[in-house]
Amino acid sequence: MPERPLLSAIGIVKRFGTLPVLHGIDFSVQQGEMVFIIGPSGSGKSTFLRCCNRLEEPDSGAMIFDGVDILGKGVEINTVRQRIGMVFQAFNLYPHLPVLGNVTLALRKVARKSKAEAERIGRAALASVGLSDKVDAMPGTLSGGQQQRVAIARALALDPKLVLFDEPTSALDPELVGSVLAVMRDLKQRGMTMVVVSHEMRFAREAADRVVFMEGGRIVEQGPPAQLFEAPREPRTREFLSRMMA
Amino acid sequence: MSGFERFVDTFFKAELIVATLPKIVSGMGMTLLIAGLVVLTGILLGLALAALRSYRITPVTVAIVIFADILRAMPPLVLVLIVYFGLPNVGLTLSGFAVLWLVLSLVLAAFAEEIFWAGIISIRKGQWEAARATGLTYTAALIWVILPQAVRLTIPPLTNRTIAITKNTALGTVIGVPEILNQATTAVSFSGNATPLMMGAVAYLVIFIPVVMLGRAIESRFSWKRA
Repeated sequence: MPERPLLSAIGIVKRFGTLPVLHGIDFSVQQGEMVFIIGPSGSGKSTFLRCCNRLEEPDSGAMIFDGVDILGKGVEINTVRQRIGMVFQAFNLYPHLPVLGNVTLALRKVARKSKAEAERIGRAALASVGLSDKVDAMPGTLSGGQQQRVAIARALALDPKLVLFDEPTSALDPELVGSVLAVMRDLKQRGMTMVVVSHEMRFAREAADRVVFMEGGRIVEQGPPAQLFEAPREPRTREFLSRMMA
Repeated sequence: MSGFERFVDTFFKAELIVATLPKIVSGMGMTLLIAGLVVLTGILLGLALAALRSYRITPVTVAIVIFADILRAMPPLVLVLIVYFGLPNVGLTLSGFAVLWLVLSLVLAAFAEEIFWAGIISIRKGQWEAARATGLTYTAALIWVILPQAVRLTIPPLTNRTIAITKNTALGTVIGVPEILNQATTAVSFSGNATPLMMGAVAYLVIFIPVVMLGRAIESRFSWKRA
């Protein structure tokens, strides 16, 4: 393992109004690691993921990304976000732009690439998710699995160091899940650092380096998938897993 | 003189048609000019106000809502008269043309702002999040992701409202703007015959029937796309 984690959350607290949703989360990801966060709905796992790029602002704590506390004053969050990709449950493709336009928008408007350069990068990103033939298609004409792969390409085009996945397959028909998981598996092989909130237990068990179980806004237990799935230490983890595997 | 002849003589008197035609045509030019300017400035101002409102800065929002509510509630004729006859008292004299352009632009902007705003808030939150997550600033997300979708949604209602407001160019007649109705009523007062008014009516139809048809075409095209 490298000397320092790529991302470290320290004591992340988040409240929605007066309702506490995260009670001081300590969490870190090493370079090249694929970490799954699992847990029942309402456990705060998506909220925590969204704190990692400040789509949600934590109420307190620190979020050290690549050596910098991105919650600190004076941090240019839009620069940081180029290096932290995010993939959403609902894909959130831009319906008014063709596939290539979805992938190149931030390259043009944030990274300030030339049109030709942005399109070159965009096409390469789309090729890496197996969608070279869809560059000119409108998102609405694609299947859910294809849309999610475009969303992954959109995140990858900015050459991020870390990609956050927020239930990337939950909105997909079962027969389309495999194509998205295949892309994620491929990303892992290429050494991408990933934090994945997911209900895909089977995939987590097979692909994850580490699995984190959250409940009630706290990390209950974490460990390698074999240990966490086969021999969970905490009764709450066991209970959750037995419900999920049933 | 039979009833029919009297009718034709009152509303469609041939020599009067010939004599008045140049005036009506010049009125059409004026109506088109003002309508075009009002559409341009009114819609752009409305879009700018809706975009400004999306920043949710309380005093700005309050000011925009008050502006939009007052201008939507007030009959445009009242505004035209107040501005035209009132402003000179505070030392600001605007031509009838400028007053009509200004007032109708503000009225259209008020309605357009509400329509664009409805469009902006109808765009799902995930669109903002996807854009912001790739590092776009709030303003860049608004310009490149939110507004293109919002504007598309608002084209049908906006088209109808725009037609309704551009017809108000006829109000220019009360402040001496030489648009269609003004030309027609002037000719009526000289001739004592209603023919110029009928010509004015026809002139409005010539201008606005194509606009109404265009509006319907746009409306059906966009509503079909969303279905």
